[in-house]
Amino acid sequence: MNAISATAIASGRSRWWRSRATQRFMRHRLALIGILLITVLALACAFGPYLLPYNPLQIDIRARFSPPFTGNHYLGTDPLGRDLAARLLEAGRISLLVGLFAMILSTFIGAVIGVVAGYRGGWLGNALMRFVDAFLAFPSIFLVLAMAALLQPSPVMITVIIALTSWMEVSRIVEAEVRSLREREFVLAGRMLGLSGTHIMFREILPNAVGPIIVAATLTVARAILTESYISFLGYGIQPPLPSWGNMLNGAQQYLESAPWLAIVPGVAITMAVTSFNFIGDGLRDALDVRNDHH
Amino acid sequence: MFVFLLNRLWQSVILLIIVSIIGFTILNMIPGGPLSQYALDPGMTAADLERLKEQMGLNRPLPIQYLDWAWRMAGGDWGTSYRDGQPVTAVIGRHIFATLILMGSSMAISMALGTWIGIRGATHRYSIFDYTATVGAMVALSIPTFWFGLVGIYIFSLQLGWLPAGNMYTIGNETVLGYLQHLILPSLVLSLVHVAVWSRYMRTATLDVINQEFVRTARAKGVPEKRVLMKHVVGNALLPMITLAGMQLPQLLGGALVTETVFTWPGMGRLFLDSLGYSDYPVVMGLLMLSAILTLLGNLIADIVVSMVDPRIRLS
Repeated sequence: MNAISATAIASGRSRWWRSRATQRFMRHRLALIGILLITVLALACAFGPYLLPYNPLQIDIRARFSPPFTGNHYLGTDPLGRDLAARLLEAGRISLLVGLFAMILSTFIGAVIGVVAGYRGGWLGNALMRFVDAFLAFPSIFLVLAMAALLQPSPVMITVIIALTSWMEVSRIVEAEVRSLREREFVLAGRMLGLSGTHIMFREILPNAVGPIIVAATLTVARAILTESYISFLGYGIQPPLPSWGNMLNGAQQYLESAPWLAIVPGVAITMAVTSFNFIGDGLRDALDVRNDHH
Repeated sequence: MFVFLLNRLWQSVILLIIVSIIGFTILNMIPGGPLSQYALDPGMTAADLERLKEQMGLNRPLPIQYLDWAWRMAGGDWGTSYRDGQPVTAVIGRHIFATLILMGSSMAISMALGTWIGIRGATHRYSIFDYTATVGAMVALSIPTFWFGLVGIYIFSLQLGWLPAGNMYTIGNETVLGYLQHLILPSLVLSLVHVAVWSRYMRTATLDVINQEFVRTARAKGVPEKRVLMKHVVGNALLPMITLAGMQLPQLLGGALVTETVFTWPGMGRLFLDSLGYSDYPVVMGLLMLSAILTLLGNLIADIVVSMVDPRIRLS
């Protein structure tokens, strides 16, 4: 390790793949497992449907409730005889994409509110942070369900709703970070150069808070996938015939005795995806040396 | 002490007002609004709807409506349910007990188990136990509660036949033992996430305390290790846990909602979902507000307890 960092210094340029953070991350066994798992899962969801012999929407009443490994139905079939493996991968596309885009949107909202609150401070910062506290006082699932039940539950709308109820963590982290950076010399220098507040906030200060944001964003993906599965399971999320991991479990309870694989398979997929992101987040936290007491 | 409490109470009230504005705005921005349920009635004409709007005061400007609603809320009039015309407070009152029992027992389980795992992880740091607990906590946080419930039902109710698969009691067998039997599975399922969180925090808190000087002094004085641990370390490490218990409340309540659905537990979570299904707007709003009130109350109580136990906070 010493030799590598010595060459990095000698070459005068630090490349990210040689940085200390990358090395620390590569030594984090759980994080690597997480990366491996989620890569396999994502590739399977992206390309798997082309390789399977069944269409996820193809109904075959004669083959309904086939247990796993019946013929080419590797994971069995559902009450309509649709291939569970094909549906699982198709659902994975939606669930993973919803999680990913909800993270992007909520990180954006959280970062903007956090930077403004932390940099401006005063009554505006105070008001914004009280607003954050207020959002945290609802059990977020109540809020998500209320909105999802009353709005059109399309995948885009579900993504937006999840983002609107999960940005608070990021804004708290960013606010704290920005508040501590606000009085530093480089900010003062920027101000004396006559840079605009927006420029200082987003171009000078925000890049310094990137570590904590990345960690929080990774954990937000995990939580967004979970949230999607909750509301879809309860019937207010992604609507059939579009499959998602959550809504595949929606009707599974009534067949628990006769066809337990219907309940077990999608749950394993959700747990795998969410665990991967949590592992990666943990590795990033160690690698980027983010001290974070509230995780 | 008194000033501190008054200050916290004041903050909670402000927060509650913001919460109510958010909730009110969201539910009123929805197309159809509070009348969406009536609009579904085939016998309704546009004129009827207009008259209903007039009657319910829905054609006034939103801020006025909010003030009127907030004023009646504060006076204890939470409106009447669209479904059966009963007062919202009475409807919620019938369901709150079941949820509180579920939350209470689950909290007790996760505190006991989480504290033990956390302390053991800290005293046996980097052992196999510690490593398993760390990884296990992260996996536990990743399992969807409802799915864990389904797996629990499959194993313990359907395969082994040890525990009932749902409901709060069996009709005809309304004994304490019967209730307890029904309580075991849902409260264990609900505590999964909280055991994980609790054990992680407890481990960190114990490690924070265990390296402090007064612990070393106690050891140097020849106090038996067990006593050092129980009296000096755990006592101090539990302090931040009180605050954590308050902070965990929203998650606990949210988890209860899902758990109740899986186990057909007649609590507030099920009521919330049923009310959403019927577009029973006053009950939905009432439950949203109540969940926020419970959360803020929980945080307030946690603060009071901490300030009573820890003299340092009273002074500052």
